[in-house]
Amino acid sequence: MPSDKLTVRGVSKIYSQDRGQVVLALDHTSLSVQEGEFVSLIGPSGCGKSTLLDLVAGLTTPDSGEILLAGQSIVGQRGKVSYMPQSDVLFPWCNVVDNVIIPLKLQGVPLAEARAEALALLPAFGLEKFAASYPYMLSGGMKQRAAFLRTYLCKKDLMLLDEPFGKLDALTRMQMQGWLLDIWQRFKHSVLFVTHDVDEAILLSDRIFLMSPSPGKILVEIKIPLSRPRHPRMVTEKTFIEIKRELMRWLETGIFAQEEETSWQNKEF
Amino acid sequence: MKNWRNIARGDWNTFLLPTGTLLGFLITWEVLVKVTAIEKWLLPAPSAILKALWSVKELIWQHSLQTMQETFLGLALAVVVGVVIATAIDWSEELKKAVYPLIIASQTIPIIAVAPLLIIWFGYGLLPKVLVVALVCFFPITVNLTDGYRLVESDMLRLMSAMGANRRQIFRMVKLPAAMPFFFSGLRIAGTYSVMGAVIGEWLGASRGLGIFMTRSSQSFLTDRVFAAIIVITILSLAIFLLVEGLARLTMPWHYQRK
Repeated sequence: MPSDKLTVRGVSKIYSQDRGQVVLALDHTSLSVQEGEFVSLIGPSGCGKSTLLDLVAGLTTPDSGEILLAGQSIVGQRGKVSYMPQSDVLFPWCNVVDNVIIPLKLQGVPLAEARAEALALLPAFGLEKFAASYPYMLSGGMKQRAAFLRTYLCKKDLMLLDEPFGKLDALTRMQMQGWLLDIWQRFKHSVLFVTHDVDEAILLSDRIFLMSPSPGKILVEIKIPLSRPRHPRMVTEKTFIEIKRELMRWLETGIFAQEEETSWQNKEF
Repeated sequence: MKNWRNIARGDWNTFLLPTGTLLGFLITWEVLVKVTAIEKWLLPAPSAILKALWSVKELIWQHSLQTMQETFLGLALAVVVGVVIATAIDWSEELKKAVYPLIIASQTIPIIAVAPLLIIWFGYGLLPKVLVVALVCFFPITVNLTDGYRLVESDMLRLMSAMGANRRQIFRMVKLPAAMPFFFSGLRIAGTYSVMGAVIGEWLGASRGLGIFMTRSSQSFLTDRVFAAIIVITILSLAIFLLVEGLARLTMPWHYQRK
């Protein structure tokens, strides 16, 4: 029986806006990521995916519920997980090596040692020729790989990836998914991956949590029975299509229907 | 780099066009002075100014040395004070609220009114001139650097927080480098004002310096020498501007290559 790496139990988050209005961003949300498991959170924008990630990263604190990493509460604690934001957020004043070693520097690793470690990892991330390049010289995919290496060098047991390929074009995106599959196969990290791309979620994940908005909550958990190792070509397989159909059905009945209802209500006003 | 030639041509145009304008202006001036036969103490021709500049070149060099000394000391002081103030008010929101509006308001006090006070307090030596330069120059540095610290991309700060960075690490690794371009914008403005600050300080009382040279020349109706001093002041200001520009390119190559 594999153990839970991350446990999110009954977590709610309320944001207060101007004029005293409050918004329930997350409503008693629970999920788990097991050791070496790839879990995706998928849902329309505004469903609280990023809020959930912020809570796990310790950037905000929940109004109720608990967040455990390997059994220990990490509520409000930063630096406990590896976090990769939506955009690459590479520092323009650092070259690739100096960008990716930032987490090592924060942990007090000596500069020469940190650089040596990063240089040794560059080939696996397809960046060996770009060690001394500055971010503006890199393509979108390369920037994202550098950002991923930086996340990897945080060296925490759980990786939070917030729509890492959201800003890439479709082809680069496909390429990066294949690349991420390879990397994951090699390092077997526990990953919590946020996306709004159905294909991407199915292709990469062991389990998917589908979230619905206002208030954000988990609608359904779907296991992905596709075999490992995976390949981007698998999107054309029969099993894949069947899973996608099921997921689409959940989206149609659970989310799109609800949205139509609310937009219809709004019209009445 | 296939754009090389275009860039080179662009650079030449940015250099040649203003030079052409300036030359046209000088020629018109020369001709007008010759045609109207205007008196030399009223408006000397550019050729006469150059002749005057050449004849007093040693004297003017001595005065320039003094002015340069005041300028550099004042500018250095302004950098130190500006960086300290901007960093302190970035560190503490309360301090910012307490001090920043006053710093802005202080700029409405004309420097020409404060300078005599400095002479009263600190005499006719080097110090009051250095202080005038610093007073003129610290403001653009402070304001720009404050903006630089404030306008750091919030994504960068979030990422650093998520990675467990403390405030000091965030400041050193993100805020400081991110604010560099703003600091240099401030320093560019400060640099161009600095020589003027020194000259104003010297006007009010000095034994040496371009300011006192100008005052003496104008009192003796040696108008060509006044213009000669203006030329030297302009050259000095430009040199400081170029120095700052070079320093900026040296310290932040990433900022210039990005475009």
